[in-house]
Amino acid sequence: MDSRTPVEDWAVDFDHFDPQWTSDPYPIWDDLRSRCPVATSQRFEDGAYFPTRYEDVREIAYDSEHFSSRRVIVREHKLPLMPGPPITSDPPEHTPARKLLLPAFAPKEIAKLEERTRAICRSLLDAIGDAAECDGAVDYAQHIPVRVIAHMLGVPEGDGDLFRRWIQKVLIEGVRDPAAAMQAVHEMNAYFNAQIELRRASPGDDLISYLLAADFGGKPLSEAHVLGTLRLLLIAGIDTTWSGIGASLWHLAAHPADRARLVAEPGLLPTAIEEFLRAYSPVTMAREVTKETTLGGCPFKPGGQVLLSFPAANRDPEKFADAGRVLIDRAENPHAAFGLGRHRCLGSNLARLEMTIAIEEWLKRFPVFTVTEGKTTTWSEGTVRGPRLLPITIRR
Amino acid sequence: MPDMKIMRVSIDAGRCQGHNRCCLVAPELFEADDEGNAKARGEGIVPAGLEQKARLALANCPEHAVRLTGA
Repeated sequence: MDSRTPVEDWAVDFDHFDPQWTSDPYPIWDDLRSRCPVATSQRFEDGAYFPTRYEDVREIAYDSEHFSSRRVIVREHKLPLMPGPPITSDPPEHTPARKLLLPAFAPKEIAKLEERTRAICRSLLDAIGDAAECDGAVDYAQHIPVRVIAHMLGVPEGDGDLFRRWIQKVLIEGVRDPAAAMQAVHEMNAYFNAQIELRRASPGDDLISYLLAADFGGKPLSEAHVLGTLRLLLIAGIDTTWSGIGASLWHLAAHPADRARLVAEPGLLPTAIEEFLRAYSPVTMAREVTKETTLGGCPFKPGGQVLLSFPAANRDPEKFADAGRVLIDRAENPHAAFGLGRHRCLGSNLARLEMTIAIEEWLKRFPVFTVTEGKTTTWSEGTVRGPRLLPITIRR
Repeated sequence: MPDMKIMRVSIDAGRCQGHNRCCLVAPELFEADDEGNAKARGEGIVPAGLEQKARLALANCPEHAVRLTGA
C-alpha cells in the first residue's frame, strides 16, 4: 500500500484509508459525532461527506431525491457509471430489479442452505484439527461465504482466490487506482460470460440460470443487467460476511468473559450475533449527491460523495444505550448493519445464517480460545471492515 | 373500533424492508412472505404470555414497521 498524507483534522480531512481509522475507527467517529456531526474531505473526487449520527445516516438512506445510489463506493477518482442492479438503482428502476431477486434470498430459500453451510464450517474446523494455533480469518472466516456463494451461483468453489483478488481490486486498490478496478470488472465479465454460455447450453438450478430465465416486464434481462447483478452478488456476498464472522470470532477471542458466557448459554447466540453486527458492522455504503441539500448543519453539494456509514450510525449513543459497549444479551437492538430503507441488504438472511452457524460450530469444536499473544490482528481497509489476519490460540 | 384490551400486532407494509427481525424475535407472531417481507400471523392477536415478544419485535425493527395496539 502507498503511504498516505497524515490526517491533521478529521473533521475537514477525513480519510477512511488512514491506518488509524483502519485499526480502530470508533474513537474517531465518537469525536466527530460530538463536534461536527458531518465530517468532510477533499481527498475524494468532488469532495466527500461523512455523517456520523444515526439520524442523518437514516435520513440519507431514505432520501433518493437528493442522494443517488449510482455510486456505492467512495473513490479518489470516480469510475464510469457501471450499473449493478439493484444496489446501484434509484427509483423507479430499483423496485423491479430488487423484486426479481428477493424470492431467492427470502428466509424460506436461505434456510435450505443451512445444512451445506454447516458442512462447510465443519470441514474447515476438521482441517484446523489439533493445531494449537490457527488464523481465524485465513483458515476459517474467509472461506465460508466464498463457498456458499459459489454454490448459489453454481460456479467452482475452488475459484475463491480469484474472487477475493477481484474484491481486493474493486474495493481497496481500485479506490485509488481506477485501472485496477476496471481490470477486475473486465475479468469478472469475462468469467461470467463463460459461465453464461455454459448455462445457455445446459441450465441448472443456480442463480445464473435463474437470471437468464427471468421474465423482466415481458422480456429477458439485458446482458448488462445480468453481468451487473452477478458482479454485485459476487462482491457483496463475500468479504462482507467474511468480515462479520471474523469480527465475531475476534471479539470472543479477545473477551474471555463473553466467550465463556456464550459457551455456557448457547441460547444467547441470536442476540450475540445481532450485537456483533451492530458493534462491528462490516459494511459502509456510499451515495452521490444529486441535488443540493443541508443535513446536520452541513451543506451537501451536487457531485459530492457521501460515505454512508451504517457502522458509525450503529455506534451513536443517541440511538443505542451504552453504544460503545458490546452486550451479547442486548435485547433491544434495531441496528442498521444491513442498511436502512429500500436498499436493505438483499443477502441479510444469508449473512445472518452464515455468521450464526460459523460461530455455533466453532464454539462447539473450540470452546476455549484467545487471540495469540505477541501476534497482531490486522483489519481490512476502506469500505468493508473485518479482520484479515486473526491469530488465535486454541486451548484444550 | 378494535377492542383495546386485546393486544394485536401488524406490519406497516409501506415501511417493512424485510430485515426479518420480528420473525426471529417472535416467530409465533410474525412470518416472512415469499419476498422476505414480514406479516403478522393470522389476525395478529397476541396470545397471553407473548406480550413481551411482541414488544421486543417492535423494539428491534430498524424501519419502525411493527405496529402494536392494545398494549
